[in-house]
Amino acid sequence: MSRKPPERDVALAVQKLRVHYAKRGRLRFSSHRDFQRALERALRRAEVPMAYSAGFSPHPKISYANSAPTGVASEAEYVEIGVTKQCDPERMRIALDDALPAGLDVVDVVTAATPDFVNRLEASRWCFELPGVDVSTAQAAADAFLGHSEVIVERLMKNGIRKFDTREAVLSLTVSGESGVSGSQGSGAGDSYAILEVVTRHVTPSVRPDDLLAALRIAAHLVPPVPPRVTRLAQGPLIPGSTEIGDPFAPDRAALVSTN
Amino acid sequence: MAVTTSDTHVPGASVFDRLEALLPFVSKPIQYVGGELNAVQKPWDSVDVHWALMYPDAYEVGAPNQGVQILYEVINERADALAERTYAVWPDLEKLMREHQVPQFTVDSHRALGDFDVVGMSFSTELGYTNMLTAIDLAGVPVLAAERDDSHPIVVAGGHAAFNPETIAEFVDAAVMGDGEEAVLLITDIVRDWKNEGCPEGRVGLLRRLALTGVIYVPRFYDVEYLEDGRIKRIVPNEADIPWRVRKFTLMDLDSWPYPKAPLVPLAETVHERMSVEIFRGCTRGCRFCQAGMITRPVRERSITGIAEMVDNGLCKTGYEEVGLLSLSSADHTEIAEIAKGLADRYQGTETALSLPSTRVDAFNIDLANELSRNGRRSGLTFAPEGGSERMRKVINKQVTEEDLIRTVSAAYGAGWRQVKLYFMVGLPTETDEDVMQVAELAREVIKAGRAASGRRDIRCTVSIGGFVPKPHTPFQWAGQLNHEATDARLHKLRDAIRADREYGKSIGLRYHDGKPGIVEGLLSRGDRRVGRVILQAWRDGARFDGWSEHFSFDRWMNAAAVALADEPVDVDWFTTRERQQSEVLPWGHLDSGLDADWLWEDWQDSLSEVGVEDCRWTPCFDCGVCDQMETEIQVGPTGVVTLPMPTVRTTAVLAEIDA
Repeated sequence: MSRKPPERDVALAVQKLRVHYAKRGRLRFSSHRDFQRALERALRRAEVPMAYSAGFSPHPKISYANSAPTGVASEAEYVEIGVTKQCDPERMRIALDDALPAGLDVVDVVTAATPDFVNRLEASRWCFELPGVDVSTAQAAADAFLGHSEVIVERLMKNGIRKFDTREAVLSLTVSGESGVSGSQGSGAGDSYAILEVVTRHVTPSVRPDDLLAALRIAAHLVPPVPPRVTRLAQGPLIPGSTEIGDPFAPDRAALVSTN
Repeated sequence: MAVTTSDTHVPGASVFDRLEALLPFVSKPIQYVGGELNAVQKPWDSVDVHWALMYPDAYEVGAPNQGVQILYEVINERADALAERTYAVWPDLEKLMREHQVPQFTVDSHRALGDFDVVGMSFSTELGYTNMLTAIDLAGVPVLAAERDDSHPIVVAGGHAAFNPETIAEFVDAAVMGDGEEAVLLITDIVRDWKNEGCPEGRVGLLRRLALTGVIYVPRFYDVEYLEDGRIKRIVPNEADIPWRVRKFTLMDLDSWPYPKAPLVPLAETVHERMSVEIFRGCTRGCRFCQAGMITRPVRERSITGIAEMVDNGLCKTGYEEVGLLSLSSADHTEIAEIAKGLADRYQGTETALSLPSTRVDAFNIDLANELSRNGRRSGLTFAPEGGSERMRKVINKQVTEEDLIRTVSAAYGAGWRQVKLYFMVGLPTETDEDVMQVAELAREVIKAGRAASGRRDIRCTVSIGGFVPKPHTPFQWAGQLNHEATDARLHKLRDAIRADREYGKSIGLRYHDGKPGIVEGLLSRGDRRVGRVILQAWRDGARFDGWSEHFSFDRWMNAAAVALADEPVDVDWFTTRERQQSEVLPWGHLDSGLDADWLWEDWQDSLSEVGVEDCRWTPCFDCGVCDQMETEIQVGPTGVVTLPMPTVRTTAVLAEIDA
């Protein structure tokens, strides 16, 4: 005799909420799977009425958008959560932030009022802090990289090593920094401290921070003496005619205002 | 007590900045950063006594450990003490830490291990000993207790392996047997008073105060004398007033100790992705191989209401979706039926799953399992007959007949369970090849009964079989361990028999490990102080993570033993495969687990005569000695309470006003 999945009330999602969160400090070392577990537990602690899939092992209805790699901090991560009862976005933001460990911080929550959210995440702005690298060296490397029409890197993927271009995805690359400021990662790095800001378009395969560092090593022999600290500063739609990134929640806010 | 790796290090200061620079180069860095939900951080100078608690295995194994979580909370609840946790670092990080002089650190505030007053080591198994040495060494603390000075922490061992701490007597300053809750409170009091009095007589003064309690074992105050043939002549205190015997701790009234109240929820993936509630402590089934069952007597049950409150509170505080009801034999709780039904009713319709790790072989167990899986999938059930033949089960006092087992698995397959797991041991005292071959026979009968009961051919049975290691404070403490060649030969014979079976073989899975690690475990379990030299040598030769097959090297251990025991009349076989006589002084003879030595010997003799002994929870006392000597008693129900208290009333704060 075979057992059927138990009859249960599979309450449908009546509302979807989009959550903007940050991954900060030591929790930047959490992986995507680590975050998934932490979020699901936090949702239960916060008593968010999650919608579940049907079947023998029901899963909460949560969609994850392209998350930052393990080790990379982020100010701009997004998930979408289906709920079975109408929730207030601001109350949800407070309750969820409270239930998540410090370092996984909820920045904003909106009710999803528009489709195709993931496609709206067209580009990211990354910040690379390079202790021990001086500004002029970093500038020279940036210039060298931008001077190429193509910079090929290799990455180990599921089906072997793949080669791909990094140059075309880079929309802008700027260098700043301060001299005489101590690096935060130990005294061995010296006083120089360069900061790169890079805007990348989301392409397939995606160009990730590690790929950019590999590209700078290949194209411009830039080898930081200590591991750079990388942060995703923003993620969202490209503002036409610029390399600026817009607020991905703007269409949802606008739609809500018009229905009210 | 500060040991520093740099001149500028302030005791209790975080070393995270230096660690952080190494993390991009190691696997799963999240395991080293802490930040768990419900973790506690206290200012260093706000307390008198600083505890570091170590589970000497990888974070993924150590973080869920209930013992450490309980002690962590018990200590942190005190205003005058703090506790932080540390785990074994993997070899990739160890190498970098040595290169960059980053000390062993706690994951809570990333404080250097050497800064703490007390390092508590929790040993569930002896295979963590080499990881302890790595941690102490990385902390900049001498691995030999005799070489430590007043600036170093005292290292205290606990956990089941600490019931014979002689093999690590050279490395630890003290050892505690039994329940840790009251032990850590007592040690904290003693350390605090000693510090507040200005640390009179230094480190030795503190250790002497601990030893004088009679419940904390301090190896340095005991001398071991040997006979010419290598056996122990006697173990004697080397100072006046030091007690001859050291007693274990026994916690009574579990309901007043509802720990952990706020279980830690790690970010990193761990081996137990669920919350656990301990429903009772101790076991009196009397399985002769089982050290846990012998050393944790008497049975002390948590009440049905106490359990319900811990489940509700724990779920609120953690957000876990599964609760395990833990104990050595959970189905034996006197009110388990009411507990299972009450919890299943309460969480009906939620996504909360309940599990009962249990090995009891009877139909009642199936009713329980059905109750707890009302909502969920019926994938697999586990039973532990332990011995393949009827005769073997009498020797080990596992009172299960083949009819019991077949009736039970039929009920399971009939109720929709697809897979049954059976646990066995190989290498038990008096065992022959024939006894082990009975495992294959039993598995065939199980599949036959399962196909009949379910009407399907796709049901499965997995046989999991491990090598038996005789343990201290059990009736088998005198037994000779089976050598690894014979163990492997029996396992291969069993494997071939199952493979050759055309009718049932494909429905039977066999999982086993070779016999070599069991010999090292046996050496560390029943060894004496001379084995400490073997541990040190093996560690110097690179032994780490000995519980992990990819890190374990039998040859390294055997070579280390050959070197370290070269001048002794004893060797690995002497410690493992040799049967002991009643008159032999055992290395743990001065350590009192409450069990009467004569009772243990009689039970060993009964075992050889294949005579069983009942569970004293349901029958009159058999005079094992625990309740008398420890002035304790069995604490069991029934309480008569069948309805669970209502869960805490909570308001869901996230709903929109229209619905709230």
